[in-house]
Amino acid sequence: MQVDWSIIPGFIPQLIAGAKVTIYITVLGLIGGIIIGLIAGLMRAYGGKIANAIAFTYIELIRGTPIVVQVMFLYFALPVLADIRIDPMSAAVLAIVVNAGAYIAEIVRGAFLSISKGLTEAGLAIGMPHWKVLLYIVGPLAFRRLIPPLGNQFIVSLKDTSLFIVIGVGELTRTGQEIMAANFRAVEIWTAVAVCYLILTGTMTITLRLIEKRMRIL
Amino acid sequence: MSFIEFRKTLKCFGPLTVLQDVDLSIDQGEVVVLVGPSGSGKSTLLRCINGLETITGGDVIVDGLSVKGGNRQLREIRQEAGMVFQQFNLFPQMTALQNVALGPRKVRGVAKAEALRQAGDMLAKVGLSEKGDHYPSELSGGQQQRVAIARALAVKPKVMLFDEPTSALDPELKQEVLSVMLQLAREGMTMVVVTHEMSFAKQVGTRLIFMEHGKIAVDGDPREVIDNPPNPRMKDFLSHVD
Repeated sequence: MQVDWSIIPGFIPQLIAGAKVTIYITVLGLIGGIIIGLIAGLMRAYGGKIANAIAFTYIELIRGTPIVVQVMFLYFALPVLADIRIDPMSAAVLAIVVNAGAYIAEIVRGAFLSISKGLTEAGLAIGMPHWKVLLYIVGPLAFRRLIPPLGNQFIVSLKDTSLFIVIGVGELTRTGQEIMAANFRAVEIWTAVAVCYLILTGTMTITLRLIEKRMRIL
Repeated sequence: MSFIEFRKTLKCFGPLTVLQDVDLSIDQGEVVVLVGPSGSGKSTLLRCINGLETITGGDVIVDGLSVKGGNRQLREIRQEAGMVFQQFNLFPQMTALQNVALGPRKVRGVAKAEALRQAGDMLAKVGLSEKGDHYPSELSGGQQQRVAIARALAVKPKVMLFDEPTSALDPELKQEVLSVMLQLAREGMTMVVVTHEMSFAKQVGTRLIFMEHGKIAVDGDPREVIDNPPNPRMKDFLSHVD
């Protein structure tokens, strides 16, 4: 079979529709993941024994299991266990929230704990409560150290959405597979799908670089 | 009652006892210089006053408030006791002015414009009125430490705690920090200073405390005890400084 790139333009609308689903899952999933990760990370860094144990258990549970198993659990096991029925799209978003949240928690913990203890002491010594020290002094400094590893996690999560093919979410990879099933143009279609992913991850990388550049290096 | 009172204060780090049942009273207007070999507990003693170290036993009372009285009381104590650190610890993402204005804004509730105006006055007091818009990384060590002093003063404390304020500085930069401290002492500020600068102790110190193994070994007039150390360990220690 000959490679014929001219077939690709015809599938672009379909690929864009798939990419939109991928973006939708990634963006919603990462927003949730950042919130969960921030809470769990701060619980790990500054929480008491109980808060620490809860966050630690969550992180280890998620990091210790594959994301495919997690989404299968959410989609197939949860209805049996708790009679909670969720659609594939919600399961996919939730899987990214829970999964990215665990990794982001460790990123947040590391970034906050890497800020010199002397700065926290200086903040406390002028009479600020601990939460204000974190909000006005440690937080802004930790944020700068957060960006590079966070960018890494964003890219990983975006690519992880391709695994939701197992619960039939019509994202980019699934779209590629559907087109393939109809015309068997493996080289052309999978190349096009790969390029789509590269455009998405590339956009993320450039955006993060710009944010990094705009901030003072400290 | 004295302004600062240590009552049988005990501080342990795990199995290590750093302060052993220390009793000490400091009145307002005193300039107390704390000296002693490393590990003798002088920095820990200082840090117990504003609760940066949690005491193991006994009590420390500052202006009638106990460091064991909970978070709210501890914050009140810290507003009355400004601290200057060996490593300056300026907030690197803020300019000198912003560093000085942060305490009044977030602790005393002063409006931003007013806090920045007051911060300007404080910087002028330490001789840095032109450096307000500089970031800490753009300042010399001596300048950074003077900003740190202004930052502590901005909260309007009743006592200033200095934890080896000149130890991280080159000899020629020490002097500019010491002269700011001298000026403060002459204005009547109550000060507790951990330092090896015996000339500072002699010039403005009203009291010199020599610590050894977590206990106060010598407590007297700086001019008398520096020239005639009443304790052989102190004599030995003094021969190694200056």
